[in-house]
Order: sequence, then structure tokens, then C-alpha cells
Amino acid sequence: MDKIQKIFASCATVDRAALVIFCSCGYPDMDSSEQIIEDAIAAGADIIELGVPFSDPMADGAAIRQASEVALRQGATLKGVLAMAERLSKRHPDTGFILFSYMNVMLNYGLDALCNELRRIGVDGILAVDLPFEERAELADPCRSAGLHLIPLVSPMTSLERAAMIMGEATGFVYSVNICGITGVREKLPPEVAERLASLKERSPVPVAAGFGIADGASAKAIARVADGVVVGSAVINKLLAPGELETRRRDASELVRTLAGSMSRHA
Amino acid sequence: MKTHYGIYGGQYVAETLMPILHELEKEYLAAREDPAFQEEFRSLLKNYVGRESPLYYARRLSEHLGGSRIYLKREDLNHTGAHKINNTIGQALLAKRMGKTRLIAETGAGMHGVATATVAALFGFECEVFMGTTDIDRQAVNVERMQTLGASVRPVSEGSATLKDAMNEALRDWTARSADTFYVIGTVAGPHPYPLLVKDFQSVIGEEARRQCLEQTGRLPDEVVACVGGGSNAMGIFAGFLEDSDVALTGVEAGGAGIATGKHAASITGGRVGVLHGSKTYLLQDDNGQVLETHSVSAGLDYPGVGPEHCFLADSRRARYVTVDDEEAVDAFAMLARFEGIIPALESSHALAYAIRTAPAQSRDRIVVVNLSGRGDKDMDSIRRFRKQQAASAK
Repeated sequence: MDKIQKIFASCATVDRAALVIFCSCGYPDMDSSEQIIEDAIAAGADIIELGVPFSDPMADGAAIRQASEVALRQGATLKGVLAMAERLSKRHPDTGFILFSYMNVMLNYGLDALCNELRRIGVDGILAVDLPFEERAELADPCRSAGLHLIPLVSPMTSLERAAMIMGEATGFVYSVNICGITGVREKLPPEVAERLASLKERSPVPVAAGFGIADGASAKAIARVADGVVVGSAVINKLLAPGELETRRRDASELVRTLAGSMSRHA
Repeated sequence: MKTHYGIYGGQYVAETLMPILHELEKEYLAAREDPAFQEEFRSLLKNYVGRESPLYYARRLSEHLGGSRIYLKREDLNHTGAHKINNTIGQALLAKRMGKTRLIAETGAGMHGVATATVAALFGFECEVFMGTTDIDRQAVNVERMQTLGASVRPVSEGSATLKDAMNEALRDWTARSADTFYVIGTVAGPHPYPLLVKDFQSVIGEEARRQCLEQTGRLPDEVVACVGGGSNAMGIFAGFLEDSDVALTGVEAGGAGIATGKHAASITGGRVGVLHGSKTYLLQDDNGQVLETHSVSAGLDYPGVGPEHCFLADSRRARYVTVDDEEAVDAFAMLARFEGIIPALESSHALAYAIRTAPAQSRDRIVVVNLSGRGDKDMDSIRRFRKQQAASAK
């Protein structure tokens, strides 16, 4: 069993969902974001998505865009994120790490070189936002050679037939998008989310983590009942984007992660 | 279905958009084979746009230069003043066929925004046009034109606040609202099937130009020249000559302040392979894979990527891509006005400048067709600002 499988398996044995936290690497600067990820792990995140900022984040909502823009201004790069990931994965050998970005940043680094480097530093997989099933070969091949998971997305627009095709080739886990649209907190998730997740889980050979739109402990809890994992990004980033001292904002973000972690259990 | 041109093109979008692109592809392929669709398209091009557009021999200009005979394909005479309308008519018909009620578009200089707002009014669609705040300032008149036509203009202030950022925002809107919304992309870029369908809708330019050249001169041209930002007018005119291997095809990219300065918008000449807006393309990017801001006196060429088929034509050497800088384009703009009484768009002035640069060394038998993709009324402020800056830096 590899690390990602172990994480989902051990969560399942205590009847809870795995908590996946998306972090905008380099926001508000590289050192602080490393500390923010440390906080998230201490507060109960099982898997960290290392968001590499891109100048043209066409699938992202306001929170992640704003954080990315600041991170880029502060000089965040993929190389810098990899150096940080190496330190983090050494300190936290049981935490899952997924590199999360847009294709251009990865292509620019070189896909073979990137996959080999990720393997070497202990990162478990890649999620490329703008790499759908039809285009996946160029990244899936180097991922396979390096033993990395290429995490696919399915969305409410994806037919169950297409979802089955996507999930059939997945390793690690599948990321199910809760809503039609871009990342970001929503007041309410659509009522059909639970039923949709149940049908995806029925068809998926790997765990299904669900994300997009989750605002707080209550919405996380609702998703945790039906998904194997819950992904939260913008809600945590919103805490960090709020006005005030960085120390305070960091503490608020970390408290939210603790609340989310406490909402993963399926026991009443 | 072929979704790539060599290694270029493809569908680099989030999964949420994939089923929408599949539906669009299916509908478009059906429409392409549907005589009723083609008939309605052709009829609107004739009676609404005013096609065909003339192929005009620029005699005074050519004789002054003393070399190649320069012919102008007059897309500037189309309704709304540029080639953009050919494509928006086609896409609006497609939107109608698909039962959509709302059109969205991105725009830089505003010409595609105006062309989309125009067809929205013509067919009764709701219309929102995304435009960078930098461009809104540069192109105030086109903002008013769009509003007059009933469209709302949504300002985009993120990133460089220009065309690429407007396109990001339009893609985000579409991701969330595809049920009722059709995204009218203005150039041969974006995810498949856009490069294909935009080329098809613009290929009327090349079909006409080829026939007109044969009629007027008894032979094919030696060279066809067009400006390339995203590359829709170039793809449209090249389409008519791709199979004619003796006809040289030349795309002219915006050299801005000069390629060496880094301040330009010449993606093929100065970029590296990357992915932007759903397509693999030559892309202006920094060492870390972040997309660079572009610079050109002409807002319509201010785009860091380029249509995937152009990338393929460049690699296969079927077409050649060269650059013309701001100053040379502005000089060509003035020269055409003085010698022919035609004020060309600054975008088209890049293509014209290349023809003017190369004509004198060529024989008088040589025929060059330049795609005059738009008219230049919109550019008076840009020209004035450019001349002022030039005067200031000369001091």
C-alpha cells in the first residue's frame, strides 16, 4: 500500500473522511506559506495540495487568484515550491502531498524532470487543473514511470459514463468538483451533491474526494458523510486574506482547519 | 476528430468545460454539413456584412515603391469595420442552433466586442463583453459602441488588465453558466473546436481573394501577407492558398518597441511552447512559466499566445512569420492614408508595413496580396499618443 492509499484506509477504519487542504504556496511569502502548511498539518490535515501560483488561473475564484497574484509578486516559483515540499515531506513522512497547478508551469519545468524530482522529494502526485482526460498522456506517462499519482477531476457536467472512464484509469484518488464553476466558497452547496457523490463512489475503484464551495465545518461535515475525502482551499485562504496582523490571520486559518478536521468523522 | 495541429492546439481546460466543448464540436460538425446553416451564413455575409469585399490594386502606392504590385483585400469595408464580423455571425448562428440565449466574448481593442454586440442585437441575444480596464481606457469609443448596441461591458482589472485577462474571465463565466451561454471566441486560439470553427468562418476571406486575384490578374499571387495577433484574419486568408505551394504565406507579428527590448507581442518569433487558454501554442513567458505582458501600439495584436495552426505552419515552414515594430507600422498607416486614401487599422498596418519594406527590391511582375483586416478610425488616439511619446523620447 502506498502513502495515499494508507491515508484513506486509515481514515476509513475510524469512519471518517480524509481532510485535504489546498495551500497557495508563496502567499503571503514563501516562508510564511511553509509555516501555514505546518499549521494545517498540526491542525489535522491528512493531505496537502501544494498550489503553485500561475499568472492566468482560469479555473480559480477570487480568493486563490488574489493569493496567487501576491505570491508571484513575492517571487514564488515552482523551483521554490519544490524546495519547500522537500523540507515538508521530510518532516511529515505520513502526510500526503499533491502538487497542484496549471500545465504551463509544469511544461516549462519539463514533465519528465518534474516527475522524477517529485518522486525524489517525497511528493505523492500531481493534479493539473487544465489537463482533462483527453490530454493526459503527456503527463500520465512520466507520472507512471516515476510512480506518482495523476489525480483526475470529475465535475457535475461529467456524465456518469465519462466519470467511469476517468475513474477507471485513476490511481491515488479522484477529485470530484461539487459545483459547476470556479473555485471559491459558496453559501450553500447544491442539494444533489450527496446523491452524485454516492453514484461516483459506487463506480470508482479509488477513493473520491470532493471539493469546491465548502465554507465551514457544517458544509464539510455534510460532504464528509458521503465522500472519502473533503478538499478545502478558498475558505482557509479567505482567513489569510482578511485584514489584520499575519499572526492573527494564521491563527484563524489554523482554527478553521482544526474545525474542519473535527467535522470529518461520520459518527454523530 | 483531429483536435491538434502537430503538437499544438488541443483542449487544455478544466473538466467542467470538456462536456461543453464536446457538445459544441458535435453541433458545429453537424452545422458544417447542414445546407440550411451554410445558406443562412452566406446570406448574412452578403446582405448584412456587405460581402464580397473588394480586392483592390493599390496602384499609386505600388508605383511609388517601384517593385511588387500590392493588392489589398478590403476587410475594412465590412459592416463594423473589420474581418471580426465574419466569425461572430457564424458563432451566433451556432448559438441559436444550440438554443443558447446569452453571448459572452472577450475583447482587446474592442473590435471583436463590437462584432459580438452587433450579432447579439441582430439575433436578440443578451450580451456581455469582458474587457481589461487598461483596454477600456485605450478604446473608450468601442466601449460606447458596444453599450449602444445593447451589450454590457464587464471590466477586468486583474493581471495586466488586457485581452488575456479578459479571456480568463470569460472562460470562468462560461464554466459557471454554460447552460444558457455561448462563448464567442474572437480568434483562432482557445480550445478545440474554436481554432477550427473560427478558421472556417474566416476562410471566406481567402476563398474570395484567390478567385478575385485570378479574375483580375489571371494568376495566383506570389505572396499573401497578414498580421498575426491570435491570427484569425491571417488564418482566414491563408486558408484560400494553403494548397497552392507556390504562394508564399507570410504572417506579421507585432514587434512592439523591438524584439531585443522584450517589449513586443511576437509569440512565434520570441516565444516558447506553452499552454494558455486551452491550447498548446508558442507563448511569451518568463523563465518560470508565467505568462508575460505584451506590448504593441496595436491593442488587437496584444496577445501572448497565437493560434495553434499558425504554430504548426511555422514549424512546417509552410508559412513564414516575421515582425514589424510599432514605428514601422505607424509609418505604413500614414503612407496608405496619403497614397491611397485608405486609413488602415494599426493591426493591418503591420502586414502593410512588411509589404512596403519588401516591395522595392522585388520585380514589378510580382503580386502581393495584403489582408487589410480592418479600418483605422478607432486608432486615431493611439497614433496621437504614440507620436507624442516618440517626440518626448527624441528630446
